[in-house]
Amino acid sequence: MNEIPPTESVLSLYRTMCLIRAFDTHAGDARRAGKLRGSVHEYIGQEAIATGVCANLDRADYISSYHRGHGHCLAKGADPEAMMKELYGRVGGVCGGKGGSMHVADFSLGILGANGVVADGVTIAVGAAHAVKMKGEQRVVVAFFGDGAMNRGPMLEALNWASVFGLPVLFVCEDNLYSDRTRTGSVSAGPGPLARAAAFGIAGETVDGNDVIAVSEAAARHVREVREHSRPRFLHATTYRWRGHLALDKGLYRDPREVERWQAVDPIVRTASWLSSRGVERTGLSRENDAAIERVARAVAAAETAPWPDHTTLYTDVQDVGAPS
Amino acid sequence: MTYAQAALTALAQEMERDGSVWVLGEDLGPEGGVAGQYLGLQQRFGKTRIVDTPICENTIMGAGVGAALCGTRPVIELRYADFGICAADEIVNQAAKVRYMLGGQVRAPLVIRQPIGFRDGMAAQHSQSTEAWWVHVPGLVVVAPSNPADNHALLKAAIRCDDPVVYMEHKELWTVAGEVDEAAQPAALGQANVAKRGSDVTIVTWSSMVGVCLEAAQALEARGCSAEVIDLRTLWPWDRETVFESVARSRRLLVVHQAVKVGGFGGEIVAEASEQLFDRLVTAPRRLGAPRVPVPYAEPLETMCRVGAADVVRTAEAMML
Ligand SMILES: Cc1ncc(C[n+]2csc(CCOP(=O)(O)OP(=O)(O)O)c2C)c(N)n1
Repeated sequence: MNEIPPTESVLSLYRTMCLIRAFDTHAGDARRAGKLRGSVHEYIGQEAIATGVCANLDRADYISSYHRGHGHCLAKGADPEAMMKELYGRVGGVCGGKGGSMHVADFSLGILGANGVVADGVTIAVGAAHAVKMKGEQRVVVAFFGDGAMNRGPMLEALNWASVFGLPVLFVCEDNLYSDRTRTGSVSAGPGPLARAAAFGIAGETVDGNDVIAVSEAAARHVREVREHSRPRFLHATTYRWRGHLALDKGLYRDPREVERWQAVDPIVRTASWLSSRGVERTGLSRENDAAIERVARAVAAAETAPWPDHTTLYTDVQDVGAPS
Repeated sequence: MTYAQAALTALAQEMERDGSVWVLGEDLGPEGGVAGQYLGLQQRFGKTRIVDTPICENTIMGAGVGAALCGTRPVIELRYADFGICAADEIVNQAAKVRYMLGGQVRAPLVIRQPIGFRDGMAAQHSQSTEAWWVHVPGLVVVAPSNPADNHALLKAAIRCDDPVVYMEHKELWTVAGEVDEAAQPAALGQANVAKRGSDVTIVTWSSMVGVCLEAAQALEARGCSAEVIDLRTLWPWDRETVFESVARSRRLLVVHQAVKVGGFGGEIVAEASEQLFDRLVTAPRRLGAPRVPVPYAEPLETMCRVGAADVVRTAEAMML
């Protein structure tokens, strides 16, 4: 345990985090510039969690996501161009432009969808795990959700269910301290998410969610446990979102010193420092970052020029039986 | 003032007037709700009367019912109608029925605020117009104001009402400004407003579609068709008298709503009018509403779901032939 990880694998985590950061930096800016519509929830500051967890999953493993879902999808391997097209509502988007930022998903990669209803994705993850077990498959299901979701009934019902039926789910609580504009601690009783999971017989641990190596190592342990013994586990990752709850929220209800404190533990900068202490050239690292920014720029250019969905698609994929009139 | 400010004013006035009125829901304090419709109230009335809750719609709603049964008048904030569905059990199985089931021993005087409608690419889980769902449930009053003055007068009425009221503002109306008489008395629930007089066709509508229908009525006027536009304001009870009187004169009925047309409240109005006034109608009543598809994200697709003034004009003209 806690052997020094291979530099190459940390470099790969670094690349993924740079891609997520570049993607959401553009997404937020584009929303504020009026180029995107609706709710855009940036993942900036939390990249280490999706990255560290998904690095331990196979393509066949499932994840379910929530409203802050871009990072999970990218970390699970979704194509940034198809994701960006979705945000722009265009043909070629991962959901054909019908879902937008809040509903990104790529089923071919086991991404069961980002959800606009807090905690609903967690019950879906539990159902997915139920199916996995029924079919005798080896897949693991990861449910990503925020600390705010811990207070909703479906979340607690899902924990109970997963434990009762011995399902292969890893619950990943991304604790960024806030539920929209409310400090989650001010509306949550008891000693926290881990204790709630423990009450349902689900073991877990708290991890520094801004340390991608720590997240990845913890996820590796829990994913192995889930996969080998078909029982749920809980990972509580502490972190912070740099931006407001959504792109149009300036986040003014937070103490600027608190924001600064957390920006000082930027998961990307920390990983860069680790890598350079292992002998990776700084210039090489900034080239990696530039490459991520360029990749996103290409995705944006493709998205901006992609056609709008054909009008006939309004009526497709509703249901097979009956006309949508 | 804006539609959001009008509601804020009404709520503050009612809280001032009656110490048993209080509010519970998510994110009310820090920035005053999703549209600033609670702005400053927590500072003014304190955290025991403007209560920031966890994200837990079932309990927000159930607690509201319990508190209403025990002598308070809660205003329950559910943010969007989409999350009203998360609390549907408590609304349908508890709030709506408790008085009846318990033989009239208690009442549940509460207001359930859950805004409806499209706004700005919010997509399938944040754009729904579910007013017909609640109209179907015995025990509930359903209100859908179309302008700031009504939002002020109707919210006051809803808070004073002894029945549970589902109060549905429209997201796209929050920023619309209009004259509001702050001293206005509470509106009468169940009373429609004739937004424009006319003689050739009666257009019945509510919420954000009132503006669309008025625009259409103006265009129709220029083409020699005089349309009467009725803003229902309350969907249950709805003002049959005003609607039937108008339809009896114009002999043509068109209902317009943003909600999905299939199974929508327009169907109920058309059915009632047909039963009551069949022999007075010169043409079949018509409905306009969204196609039965989840609301899509991409702008051109969302626009296809919107009933626009041109659709209203086209339909009304076809009814004149
Ligand atoms: C059932 C439900 N209630 C309310 C909302 C509105 N809402 C969207 S995100 C959010 C806060 C969620 O906080 P958390 O789960 O901690 O995730 P974070 O946004 O912090 O990543 C709320 C209240 C919702 N989407 N679904």
